[in-house]
Amino acid sequence: MSLDVLVCVKRVVDSSGEVVLSDDEQAVDGRYAGFTVSNHEECAIELAVQTAAAVGGAASVVTLGDPAAVEQLRSALAVGCTAATHVEADPTVFGPADVAREIAAVVRDHEAAGRPHDLVLLGNDAADSGDFQVGIRLAYELGRPVINGAATIAVEDGAVVAGVSGPDGHETYRVPLPAVVTVLEGGVEPRYPTVPGRMKAKKVEIERRTPVSEPSGPKRRRLKLPPPQPSEVQILGEGPEAAPAVVDLFERLGVVSR
Amino acid sequence: MILVLVETDATGAIEVSRETITFARDLSAAGGGVPVDAVVVGELPGTAEELAQQLASYGVRDVHHATGEAFSAYGGASWASAVQAVRDSTGAVVVTAAGTPRGMEVLAHLTARIGVAMAANVVSFEGLAPFTVTRQVVSGSVLEEMVLDERPAVFTVAGHAVEAVPAQTPGAGRLVPSSPEVAEADLIARVVSSEPPQADLSGGLKTARVVVGAGRGAGSAEGFGDLLELRDLLDASLGVSRVVTSLGWRPHHEQVGQTGSRISPDLYVACGISGAIQHWAGCSSAKTILAINTDAEAPMVAKAHYAVIGDLHEIVPAINEELRKRKG
Ligand SMILES: Cc1cc2nc3c(=O)[nH]c(=O)nc-3n(C[C@H](O)[C@H](O)[C@H](O)COP(=O)(O)OP(=O)(O)OC[C@H]3O[C@@H](n4cnc5c(N)ncnc54)[C@H](O)[C@@H]3O)c2cc1C
Ligand SMILES: Nc1ncnc2c1ncn2[C@@H]1O[C@H](COP(=O)(O)O)[C@@H](O)[C@H]1O
Repeated sequence: MSLDVLVCVKRVVDSSGEVVLSDDEQAVDGRYAGFTVSNHEECAIELAVQTAAAVGGAASVVTLGDPAAVEQLRSALAVGCTAATHVEADPTVFGPADVAREIAAVVRDHEAAGRPHDLVLLGNDAADSGDFQVGIRLAYELGRPVINGAATIAVEDGAVVAGVSGPDGHETYRVPLPAVVTVLEGGVEPRYPTVPGRMKAKKVEIERRTPVSEPSGPKRRRLKLPPPQPSEVQILGEGPEAAPAVVDLFERLGVVSR
Repeated sequence: MILVLVETDATGAIEVSRETITFARDLSAAGGGVPVDAVVVGELPGTAEELAQQLASYGVRDVHHATGEAFSAYGGASWASAVQAVRDSTGAVVVTAAGTPRGMEVLAHLTARIGVAMAANVVSFEGLAPFTVTRQVVSGSVLEEMVLDERPAVFTVAGHAVEAVPAQTPGAGRLVPSSPEVAEADLIARVVSSEPPQADLSGGLKTARVVVGAGRGAGSAEGFGDLLELRDLLDASLGVSRVVTSLGWRPHHEQVGQTGSRISPDLYVACGISGAIQHWAGCSSAKTILAINTDAEAPMVAKAHYAVIGDLHEIVPAINEELRKRKG
């Protein structure tokens, strides 16, 4: 069986440092930060590549983003994806329903061109907008079943089997292909790109598209930063030399007896 | 009417669902007192009457209980069709759930089916006309004001954004059975088997006087030795961040935060935890917080009462040594 797994990634500002908003309060300003994709999506890429290898298929990557999002496509190509599609558009004016519609159009067009994506992987939630819904909306666009929050997946006998950690414990889903699966980090360790991987990625020609329809937009009014909390922290010291001061504190608080 | 999807465990409605009902009641009060109903799906841990009574104490009018073979195992689409049936028969103007994985999933299905927007991780509402909510984005370091101008307005409430408080005047808590038809297509993606979780041991964590917390800074599953020793020396419980549970270093029942337990100990020793808003949601009621972190700028250090700057793998053993020495 030849399976072409499609994985969807979103270029986002690396928000581990200080977050700055754009002047129009519609986006996080990335001018002073790096860009990345979410941990969930890194795991989705890894699962796509592993699954493709296991069944002798291929892994493809897609993003809807501004021209710079090519960087995230190349990163995915560098770790084993072999084809990439770039829907060039300003992602901040696309709501989750819009993104789902655009990805569905890519899947349909590829299918019409003889390259069906019987398995589409997404992240559980995007690292910036955090809408928790593009994967599910995509499934409805395509009329497919969807498994949410998978840590592991395997394809066997025309079905995808996914492991999810949920309130019932370790839960297993088994769904016939074609299907959509959203991935939660934790089930696999994303690999690092190798130098030959990077070289190969540079040579791949990226399919460029424009959106198929006008976005209806997110229902965002504005972004705002939570008010900064005044810090009243008392630094007890640096390194192991602070241990006596820490234990003094424990004694004062009465959590250990003097 | 405001419809709340309620999740249950052995204790009845789970805490975050009760928080969501409390949020719905506040919304109802602002909106002229529209009733708050609940919907529960599938088999319940106790009897439906017990649950209805518990929900009545939170001000719930009707408790819609969807039963039938279709709900014998969890599935996002089948649960959503149960919620959709109740929404259709009642004309609810708001549908909400706690921001748990299942709450997110079921409401995302619902909104995809009926073609309205969904706001994830709402923490407050700003105004009713237009209905505007504030929600967490960018892992909680940014807030977004979002307008929900369609009906029903659908959103999930971030865990521990509000406190679960019983209502001053109880609701009727009337049980309304429901046995909606579920389409074949909505039964495809369901849990086919599950290995039960380890017994919920989080009870001790929630009531512990001292909690030793650990985050990504622990480094690996093997990096917990000194932290566990500190826990034992302080007769404390261990609490961890979601990174730690996601990476499988420690079990989920030890997670503190928005999608974990809320703790309120006298002392929380937060080691190698950055203090993201979702973690803070679970530990902000600690009376005293001591942060141990290599990064003096980490939010957890800024929010703590006391901090030691440096590597936990050096500091924690030194504290253990000092404790052992003083104990004699
Ligand atoms: C919807 C949603 C729900 C969430 N729910 C939760 C939740 O319930 N609970 C939760 O915890 N998170 C939750 N999160 C995740 C949260 O946003 C953060 O990603 C998470 O809390 C970060 O965990 P951490 O502090 O362990 O890791 P990091 O953010 O990576 O921080 C690690 C910290 O350790 C420090 N450090 C590193 N090495 C050392 C060392 N050797 N010694 C000392 N310090 C060191 C670093 O300086 C840093 O401050 C949720 C996120 C979302 C989007
Ligand atoms: N602009 C985008 N381009 C490609 N994939 C996306 C985009 N936005 C969201 N996704 C995918 O949908 C998942 C869930 O996003 P969200 O529903 O916005 O939280 C993400 O983890 C991505 O896999």
